Amino acid sequence: MATTTFERWGRELTIAGAIVLFLLPLIGIPGKTYLTLTIAGLAMGMLLFLVASGVSIIFGLMDVINFAHGALFAWGAYVGFSIFQRLMNWVEADSVFQNFAVFLIALVAAMMVVALLGIILEKVIIRRVYGFHLFQILITFGATVVLVELIRVLWGPNDEVMIVPLTFSRNWDILDIIVYRYRVICIVIGLIVYGVIQFVLKKTKLGTIVRAGVENRDMVQAMGHNIFLLFTGVFAAGAGLAALGGLAMSIFSRQVYPDMGSTYLLFAFIVVIIGGLGSVTGSLVGALIVGLSYNYVAYLVPWAAAGVNVLIMIIILLIRPTGLFPAGK
Amino acid sequence: MSEAILKVEGTHTFIGQHHILQGISFDAKADAVTVLIGRNGAGKSTALKTVIGLLPSSEGRIMFKGNEIQKKKPYEIARMGIGFVPEDMGIFANLTVEENMRVAMLVEDEATAQRLERTLDIFSDLGKFWKAQAGILSGGQKQMLAIARAIVNDTSLLLIDEPSKGLAPILVDALIEAINQIKEYSVVVLVEQNFYMASSVGDYFYILDDGMVVHGGLMEDLVNDEELKSKYLGISKAAE
Repeated sequence: MATTTFERWGRELTIAGAIVLFLLPLIGIPGKTYLTLTIAGLAMGMLLFLVASGVSIIFGLMDVINFAHGALFAWGAYVGFSIFQRLMNWVEADSVFQNFAVFLIALVAAMMVVALLGIILEKVIIRRVYGFHLFQILITFGATVVLVELIRVLWGPNDEVMIVPLTFSRNWDILDIIVYRYRVICIVIGLIVYGVIQFVLKKTKLGTIVRAGVENRDMVQAMGHNIFLLFTGVFAAGAGLAALGGLAMSIFSRQVYPDMGSTYLLFAFIVVIIGGLGSVTGSLVGALIVGLSYNYVAYLVPWAAAGVNVLIMIIILLIRPTGLFPAGK
Repeated sequence: MSEAILKVEGTHTFIGQHHILQGISFDAKADAVTVLIGRNGAGKSTALKTVIGLLPSSEGRIMFKGNEIQKKKPYEIARMGIGFVPEDMGIFANLTVEENMRVAMLVEDEATAQRLERTLDIFSDLGKFWKAQAGILSGGQKQMLAIARAIVNDTSLLLIDEPSKGLAPILVDALIEAINQIKEYSVVVLVEQNFYMASSVGDYFYILDDGMVVHGGLMEDLVNDEELKSKYLGISKAAE
C-alpha cells in the first residue's frame, strides 16, 4: 500500500517542526528571557499534564467525558490549602525538610480525599450513564455545580491567598538567570508522575489490563476481568491526579477560588485533544506544547496568548484528527 | 451419548429494538465441536455474545455445567471457564503478543505456564513475534493469537466466531488442524460460514435462520443432505 510522505516521516517531521517552532521565539526574545520563559512554560506544561492525564485516561478507558474533573481539581487545591493552614508553622519554617514534609502531607490528604470523592461520583452517578455522552456531560456538569457549591459552603465564597512553603517561594540565580525553585519542583513532579504512570501502565499486569481496556473493553470483560472495578479504580486515580494538579497549580498561582477548576479544565481538554485521547505520553507532549507556546506568545503578543493554543489544536486536528499519540479506539 | 456442557434454552436477545434471537435452543456436548451455521444475519454471532454475556438475553435460560449463567456478567462467565474469540478477533493492537497473552492469563501459575507452552506448540508463529506489537501481525497470526488467548486459561468451553473469515485456504487448513488439537481438552462451539471448515472440524451442527434454530444433528448427516445445504446454506453439489 502506498504511503504518503507524512505517514512515512510523520514523527520525524513533527519533532523537527516542534524544535523549529520552539526555537523560533529566539528571534524576538533575548536569550536569558527565553530560558526563563522556557522554564515557566515547562512548569506550566507539567501542571497541565497532571490535570490532563486524568481526563485522558478516564476518557480513553471509560469513554466518559468528565466535566467534574475541574471541580475535583479545585477540591484538591482546597484540601491542600486547609492542611497548610493547620500546619502553618511547618509551612513558614525555614527548613527544607519541614516544607517538603507539609507539602507531602497536603498532597497525600488532597489525593485521598479527592480519590474518595471520585469513587463516590463514579459509583453513584457516572456508572448510570456509561455509553451516553450527552448524559455524561450534563450529569458531570451538574456534579461540578454541586462540588463547587460545597467548596463555597465549607471554605467560603471568596478567593484566598495560597500560603506557599518558604522553600518553594525562593529562587536560584544561575548565570544571571532567575530560576524560581517551585517551577523546577513542578517540572520534577510532572516527570515523576509521568514515570510512575508509565511504570504502572507498561510494567504491571494491572496497567496492561488498563491499556487493553482502552482498546477494547468488551474483550477485557470476556477475558474474565471485572471492568467495573477497573473503572472505579481508574476514576479514583484520575481524580487523585486532578487533586495533585489542583494543589500544585494553586501553589504556582498562589491563590485558590471555588471556580478555579473551570479555567484549567479548558486547557486540559485542549491538551488531551492535541495529545490524543487515552495516551499519557500524548498528554505530556500536548501539555508541554500548550505551556511553552502560551508563555512565548504571552511575552511576544500578549493579547494572542489564550488563542494560540486553540489555533494549535485546530491545526493538529486538521493534520491528525486523532491527536499526536492516539491510543486505541 | 455424552453429556451437554452448555445448554441454551428458548433464548431471546434484542439489539436495540431488533429482535435478533427468537427463542433459540442448542447445546454443546462434551468432547465435541458444535458448529452454528447459517446465512449472514441469522443470529450466529449474537448467540455466542449472548452466551458469554456481552449481550443480555431477555428470556430463556443458559446453563453451563449445570449452572444458570444468563444473568451473570461477562467476566464472571469467563472465569467459570468459557473462552471467547470474537469475529473481529478482539486483538489489542497496541499491546505486544506477550502482553496480549498476559492480559488473558487469569492466574499466572505453573499450570498456566504449561498451558502456555502447549498453546505455543500449537501456534508456533506466536513465539517468533512474542515481543512484537500485535497490530503488525497478519490476519492468520492475529486469529492464532485470539484463539491462543482463549485457551491459555483452564477453558472447558471455547466459543469461536468465524475464525476462517478472510483467511487464505492454506491458513484455514492450519486452523482446522489447530481446532482438532484444541478439541482434545476443550469443548468448542464454532460459528462458521465456510462449510469446508465447519464440516472438517464439526461433530454436531445447528442451522440458524432468522434468529431461530431450524435444524440440528450430526455433521456427517448434514454433509450428505444436499437439500438442507441448498435450502439454508445456499450450497449446491456443483459448487462443492
